[in-house]
Amino acid sequence: MFKNKKFLLLTVLAVFSLVLAACGFGGESSDDKSKDDGKDSGSSETASAKELNLIVASEPPAMHPGLATDTTSGALLQNLFENLLSYDVDGKVVAGAAETWDISEDQLTYTFHLRDSKWTNGDPVTAGDFEYAWKWALNPENASEYASLLYPIQGAEAYNLGEGAVDGVGVKAEDEKTLVVTLAQPTPYFLELVAFKTYAPLNQKVVEANTEWYTDAGADYVTNGPFVLDTWKHSDSIVLKKNPEYWDAANVALETINIGMVENESTTVTMFKNGEIDYLGSPYGSIALDAIDGFKADGTLKTANYAGVYWYKLNTKDKITGNVNIRKALTLAIDRQGLIDNVAKGEQKPALGMVPSAISGFEEDRGYYKDNDIEGAKAALEAGMKELGIKDPSEINIKLSFNTSEAHAAIAQYIQENWSKNLGISTTLDNSEWQVYLEKLNQLDYQVGRMGWIADYNDAYTFLEMYNTAANGNNDTGWENAEYKKLLDQSIVEADPAKRLELLKQAEGIAVSEFPVAPIYYYTNLYVQKDSVKNMKPDMLGNIKLKYVDVE
Amino acid sequence: MTQQQIEKDKFKIVGGNHEATDKLAAKSVSFWKEVFLRFSQNKLAIFGLILLIVIALMAIFAPMLSQYKYSDQLGVYNSPPSADFWFGTDDLGRDIFVRIWYGARISLFIGITAAIIDLIIGVLWGSISGLAGGRVDNIMMRIADVLTAVPYLLVVIVLLVVLQPGLFPMIVALSITGWINMARIVRGEVLSIKNQEYVLAARTLGANTGHLILKHLIPNALGAILVTMTLTIPSAIFTESFLSYLGLGVPAPQASWGTMASEGNKALASAPWRLFFPAIFISLTIFAFNAVGDGLRDALDPKLRK
Amino acid sequence: MINYILKRLMYILIALFVIVTVTFFLMRLAPGSPFASERNFPPQIEEKLNETYGLNNPWYIQYKDYLIDTASFNFGESMKYKARSTNDMISESFPVSLTLGIEAMLLAIGFGVLAGVIAALYHNKFPDYLATTIAVLGISVPSFILAGLMQYFFAYKLGLFPVSGWKGFNYSILPALAIAFSHAGFIAKLTRSSMLEQNHSEYVKMARAKGLGKWTIVFRHTLRNALLPVITYLGPLTAGVVTGSFIIENIFAIPGLGKHFVQSITNRDYTVIMGTTVFYSIILLFAILIVDILYTFIDPRIKLKGAKK
Repeated sequence: MFKNKKFLLLTVLAVFSLVLAACGFGGESSDDKSKDDGKDSGSSETASAKELNLIVASEPPAMHPGLATDTTSGALLQNLFENLLSYDVDGKVVAGAAETWDISEDQLTYTFHLRDSKWTNGDPVTAGDFEYAWKWALNPENASEYASLLYPIQGAEAYNLGEGAVDGVGVKAEDEKTLVVTLAQPTPYFLELVAFKTYAPLNQKVVEANTEWYTDAGADYVTNGPFVLDTWKHSDSIVLKKNPEYWDAANVALETINIGMVENESTTVTMFKNGEIDYLGSPYGSIALDAIDGFKADGTLKTANYAGVYWYKLNTKDKITGNVNIRKALTLAIDRQGLIDNVAKGEQKPALGMVPSAISGFEEDRGYYKDNDIEGAKAALEAGMKELGIKDPSEINIKLSFNTSEAHAAIAQYIQENWSKNLGISTTLDNSEWQVYLEKLNQLDYQVGRMGWIADYNDAYTFLEMYNTAANGNNDTGWENAEYKKLLDQSIVEADPAKRLELLKQAEGIAVSEFPVAPIYYYTNLYVQKDSVKNMKPDMLGNIKLKYVDVE
Repeated sequence: MTQQQIEKDKFKIVGGNHEATDKLAAKSVSFWKEVFLRFSQNKLAIFGLILLIVIALMAIFAPMLSQYKYSDQLGVYNSPPSADFWFGTDDLGRDIFVRIWYGARISLFIGITAAIIDLIIGVLWGSISGLAGGRVDNIMMRIADVLTAVPYLLVVIVLLVVLQPGLFPMIVALSITGWINMARIVRGEVLSIKNQEYVLAARTLGANTGHLILKHLIPNALGAILVTMTLTIPSAIFTESFLSYLGLGVPAPQASWGTMASEGNKALASAPWRLFFPAIFISLTIFAFNAVGDGLRDALDPKLRK
Repeated sequence: MINYILKRLMYILIALFVIVTVTFFLMRLAPGSPFASERNFPPQIEEKLNETYGLNNPWYIQYKDYLIDTASFNFGESMKYKARSTNDMISESFPVSLTLGIEAMLLAIGFGVLAGVIAALYHNKFPDYLATTIAVLGISVPSFILAGLMQYFFAYKLGLFPVSGWKGFNYSILPALAIAFSHAGFIAKLTRSSMLEQNHSEYVKMARAKGLGKWTIVFRHTLRNALLPVITYLGPLTAGVVTGSFIIENIFAIPGLGKHFVQSITNRDYTVIMGTTVFYSIILLFAILIVDILYTFIDPRIKLKGAKK
């Protein structure tokens, strides 16, 4: 009796789980087949179906150019949408949807002349699509977090902040093929901005018909770039296919790009070694710290310059780090080269200024301070202690905060040892979860805190602007300097590039003499790729335009 | 003759005392003697006990005797085990041998403290709930359910807003949910034991609740309790590394087995010794606790006693 | 019985209400916001975002909204994944976690009970030591280490299984084993210990006296009674396992529900936090109810009405 009952129960359970198993895997299997087929033909090297296999770290949170803020969405969007201008394989600005453009004498008016090109639904790409998209991003109702990148346009800031009308925005489609943009002030890097994802066009008809057009692949996901969004399985994978309607389709080699979503870095490294993916490196995954040595040893690791800086912010409102000499001592007593060689390992460059050497005009060292300058650091510490009335360095305990990550922790521990050995001060490490950490920085509830900054466009202004006032949301150090702000303000209106560069360097010099931040290193992008992959490398902004990539 | 008289005096004074203690000790000596005898016959249990003692001694003395400190960065990065560094070095060039024994202090402390707290709360909660039954049972167990269901990560983040990182808040964080498993299992056991004949008999004889729990329910649930404890210790050790991730654990560069293992896990392909040593010591410790626990259980089993 | 279940359902509703309330206040107390990033944007935009998602309402309005959401099982749009509904996110990923979870549970229970029974039957002999050693390894090596090891050796070095992904049964074997192993270890230990207790019970002695075989006694008598603590443990465990494991999904790149439990919190994606919490709570509360009902089937002496003697 009991036996029978148990048997029945087991049978029910087994059937139940089989059914579930069938539906759990079932949805995948058909796609799986097509994917495997594609892979086979790819590896048998038939020229007709060139395929690239990549991974990204996460589900893209916003596949909408006006709403995207993260690198994953950005990496995909820049291959789906074609801006007026685009980047070449080295990251130089080249013609995109616009064939030519004119810049007025006073550098305030840009006129873009569009080429004939089509959306994936067959509509022509018009100047009006750009006007619509840019104004969409600026519309305060849409709460676009990156709208501030459009602020160089006249009236854009006022409209976005609810202080001006949409008619005041200096973007106008003169006709189907001509877009006239009026700037608030000469912005030497404006062409760089026009290639940025927030400046992508939107097909007004489609976007207005379905306000959730960007949540799934399908007929409503209308784009004008080299690739189309073919399938999007949430949290699982994305497939891009070549867009035959793309204006430059003749020069696009890849037919299919399979993009998996794999967050775990050890897994992605194993996948690469196992031949499952063709390329690994930002923005398509990243190389785990512990795997760098292995790739270096077999000679496959490649590095590219990356316009970003890793720095320690120093709270200038704190009792100890409020002292400029203490801040100087902390900044000088870091062995950056040792850190890079032994801990960070990515062939980064020691940061001896605030603007990375990848930024044009800042390639040379400006000579503000030396790396690992222990003599200078000791002298500064001595002076600082005198000013603060501290007798012995051991009385100083610095709290070094960072958001939890293996790399940040290793760097912090290395620098902790530097400070203790070179200066004799003690350091307490304080790690916290990302959001908690951001709040700590924002509220100046820290002494020394780690942060990174990556350029949105190739110009020094993006690294200096955040320190213009203490109130700037990205400052987080409480530092401000009237002279510094004046120089930055002058740089905005200065039309002569050489003079402007000089102003920016002067500003950098002021900041570096007062040490609101201790720059650690300038980023590099590390990547590995299969030998068969050609023309694939990140530019200095971390972009990879897949339209140039070929596989053999 | 004179000697006899002196002896008599002394005998009187001491005798009264002796008689009293003798009476008390007689029972317990025979009980604990029996337990001890049975325990000492269990080779595996003795081996576990010795292992625990060795690990504890090393945790106390090895960091003192080593020429390196747990935080010393020696400039030899990711070196495999060698004559200089018995267990190799880590990514910052620190001696793993000394870090293992330093980490043992933290991990053993956390594991044992968590286990004791879970034991006390869990056993009391579970047995009261199971014994009382009805509404009390329902409410007590639903409280446990609520604690299981509320996102733990969120609880810890909020806890960090209130408390400063350190050992105490970490123990608090570990104890919030740690005891629930124990309480559920003890309750289940109590439910099944409480209606058995001997418990009913004890009740009819007028035994009070405390007596019932201590004399009948706990001894009979002992097996399940000890097994649950062997799960508590490793889970506390690894929860500590999770809490460290949130900034609630011991601050770097201090080491614990849990954090060493989870960092070493990422270096599996490049520096396997960074995973191997912490993992093997966690396993050895759990094995030892387990062997001792099993031995104790067998030794204390009321049904095995004749 | 019906009465008991009705009463329990009422307690489930109360528990759910408490869970929603506690979670709501924890979310409010936790620092951060779904829109926080290292790049600040103008306060006007932030205000607009808060308005769009109802975050600028007074707390009691927000609280009321969450209660209504819970009552109607509609948790609204994610604040991180733009325009994605929480319900969709759960319904897309739960079948994956459920499939993997059931597979893992079957493995864990199968191996665990088997190892436990063998260990108990050969108490303090070689099979006992072997089973115990394996069980202890399972308990003390957490699934994330095991998953990493298995992925590295079985998938990469030996090429027996895919490294990661979710495209068929083959892809589920390693993750299911990684989840199952530590639970199997604990189940084995529990089974062993309560089997040992049962072995000295009168009815087992009686059965032996009747001359029944070792295994017959196990399946007819001891196992049924010995499984009680195991089933206690299985209730909440099943609820946890079928709703996905963050770490395993992370390592094997499985598009399951487990990641949402963790990511929603690190993103402060309030709607998804509430949605996943309520979803998990319902499964948990029912799993525990089923365990309590199972008690009476396994051991008729257990009376659920409780206090009445």
